[in-house]
Amino acid sequence: MYPILEKRLLAEGIWLMKIHAPRVAHAAQPGQFVIVRADSHSERIPLTISDFDAAEGSVTIVTQAIGASTHKICALEQGEALADFAGPLGRPSEFVHAPLDELRRRRYLFVAGGVGTAPIYPQVKWLKEHGVRADVIIGAKSSRMLIYTDAMRQVADHLYIATDDGSEGFKGMVTGLIEELVEKRGEHYDECVAIGPMIMMKFVALTTRKYALKTTVSLNALMVDGTGMCGACRVTVGGRTRFTCVDGPEFDGHEVDFDEAMRRQGMYRSQEQRAAAIEAEREAGHVCRIGLDK
Amino acid sequence: MANKIPRVPVREQDPAIRATNFEEVCYGYDQQEAMLEASRCLHCKKPRCVEACPVGIHIPDFIQALHEGQLQEAADIIARDSSLPSICGRVCPQETQCEGSCILGIKGEAVAIGKLERFVGDWKLEHGAAPQAPAARNGHKVAIIGSGPAGLACASDLARMGYEVKIFEALHEAGGVLVYGIPEFRLPKQRIVAREIDEVKALGVEIETDVIVGRTVTIDSLMEEEGYEAVFIGSGAGLPRFMGIPGENLNGVVSANEFLTRANLMHAYDAEYDTPIYVGQRVVVVGGGNVAMDAVRTAKRLGADATIVYRRSEKELPARAEEVHHAREEGIRFRMLTNPTEVLGDERGWVRGIRCVEMELGEPDESGRRSPVVKPGSEFEIDCDVVIMALGTSPNPLLASTTEGLETSRRGCITADEHGVTTRKGVFAGGDAVTGAATVILAMGAGRTAARSIDEYIRSGKR
Repeated sequence: MYPILEKRLLAEGIWLMKIHAPRVAHAAQPGQFVIVRADSHSERIPLTISDFDAAEGSVTIVTQAIGASTHKICALEQGEALADFAGPLGRPSEFVHAPLDELRRRRYLFVAGGVGTAPIYPQVKWLKEHGVRADVIIGAKSSRMLIYTDAMRQVADHLYIATDDGSEGFKGMVTGLIEELVEKRGEHYDECVAIGPMIMMKFVALTTRKYALKTTVSLNALMVDGTGMCGACRVTVGGRTRFTCVDGPEFDGHEVDFDEAMRRQGMYRSQEQRAAAIEAEREAGHVCRIGLDK
Repeated sequence: MANKIPRVPVREQDPAIRATNFEEVCYGYDQQEAMLEASRCLHCKKPRCVEACPVGIHIPDFIQALHEGQLQEAADIIARDSSLPSICGRVCPQETQCEGSCILGIKGEAVAIGKLERFVGDWKLEHGAAPQAPAARNGHKVAIIGSGPAGLACASDLARMGYEVKIFEALHEAGGVLVYGIPEFRLPKQRIVAREIDEVKALGVEIETDVIVGRTVTIDSLMEEEGYEAVFIGSGAGLPRFMGIPGENLNGVVSANEFLTRANLMHAYDAEYDTPIYVGQRVVVVGGGNVAMDAVRTAKRLGADATIVYRRSEKELPARAEEVHHAREEGIRFRMLTNPTEVLGDERGWVRGIRCVEMELGEPDESGRRSPVVKPGSEFEIDCDVVIMALGTSPNPLLASTTEGLETSRRGCITADEHGVTTRKGVFAGGDAVTGAATVILAMGAGRTAARSIDEYIRSGKR
């Protein structure tokens, strides 16, 4: 069992949990994920690591309660425990193994959407600790759905906010803000990392392609074991089938077949769940729901 | 003198009923039936059955004890060579091993060795004396990677010798393929697998779940930081193969590993569990091995019309004869000499069918089997909404890629000699991780061999 050391509400339906998992904390690196099972009857679901502290033996995850499994996880309280917490899984972010002098000549642009903001944090934090410059864009529906802004401000060179309703920062999509930064303000970046909903990553990749800006995305595919056994997380990258769990979760965003990836995410969604998800999105006032109705 | 009666039939669940539930298919013998069947053994001077058993169980001896009603003695005789008799009695391919070499089988029917082993194993779980951890520990630590048949066999032998043994398991439950792969209706999980694993734990073996060696820890960190003097790799062959044909990433195409893991480990067939599974109306399973039979019979039980598509003929089916027989009884369709060329999708990207060609058998290949060749102009389609790929599996590259000096073959199998010795000092390996996908009993045999090698290695001062 893996005790919950701390639990905090970040925004409506989005919870931060700090988990006691010394082995995972000791081995974790930016970009990796864990497989979590709330109790003995729950699914195993992959969650990207949002922070880790080897000394404390803790790993932080951020979960949005959307399905049965994430609701179960979010319903657990501080002092209770998760049944399973296995990892770290997947390959660490590419820059972890890159020569530092080369990295320090580069400038990164991170683009985060919704709950995907949390896993951006350990990456930006790592780069900051190693003296590499990184700007961050956080996008959300409205200011009340923004998470991690204070923590991110501590580690980012510049932090930009984009909200659909304009309640904070730039009014519009993150892609609009990327265009504003690059085209109007003349900012230059050597690499972009985008983590968020599949549809956001797709459009970020389409936008950065215009600038030939290398873009890495972190895919949240369906998984059972997370170690290469089931193949549920198959994704087409550059025309080749890859397993997100062992070959990823980070891939070249300009090579990923996002339409297939979004369709595959809906593999186990029943008609009813699909309808409910679309309804929930509509109520929340979010405009894009491509992929949900497939 | 041996009793010249026909082989005692074994009671089974009615096919029409069992095709709708996950209860065990075969009820096994009761004591009277087992003792009667035991009386058929000829007690050959040179028992060919023992030679044909990968772990060399003293078959005529345990059958003799059983015949005399000495059940504890029969259990003890088996325990000298196998710690998992209830499991092996159920899943071994007896027809190509012990029973396949039984003299009685030449003119009539072989002794039902598998069913007798199962009876003795089950009796032991109910009534037998619990195994005891040896009083004295020898102070040496060994780590085992994987809690499947190879790891469990290696761990129990080492524990009996006095070693402090810990098994690291990647999943949340111990058992490996016994838990995620083989279905409940063939191998009951709580009644049999969990209890045979408890017997291994009773020997003092510790099992830590949720540890992915190569990610959570490494072989190096186990040896350098946690003080393990030797490591045994029994991590199996878990990576599914796909055909590489168009349409394989459509919604509705899954590996047998995914389908069976959802059903078995994750209990998707039980409404009390959250795991979803997609079965559709018509399921096509591609492949002819035990995994293909397990997948197709699981699909049938979940309510689908289920078909096996296999590129060779019935004679070449690699599955256990009993499984093919049971599958037929349960109404599984078989399309032999058929090979898929494309999975067909609808406009939303879900499977609507599979395009196949007919095959005919040509010249024998390296394996001695006649290789199938395409019959020109034979293309046709089968309507279906789910395609399950059961084409075999290969070992996970994670261990080799994170352990310096650990060599693998071209096929990704860990290189090890007949004693389980790998190219890395102090690291041993056996089972599917070395051979590629094979059987439970071969993995157990390899685990036992490696246990002897590890003992020699440590006692010789690690040379």
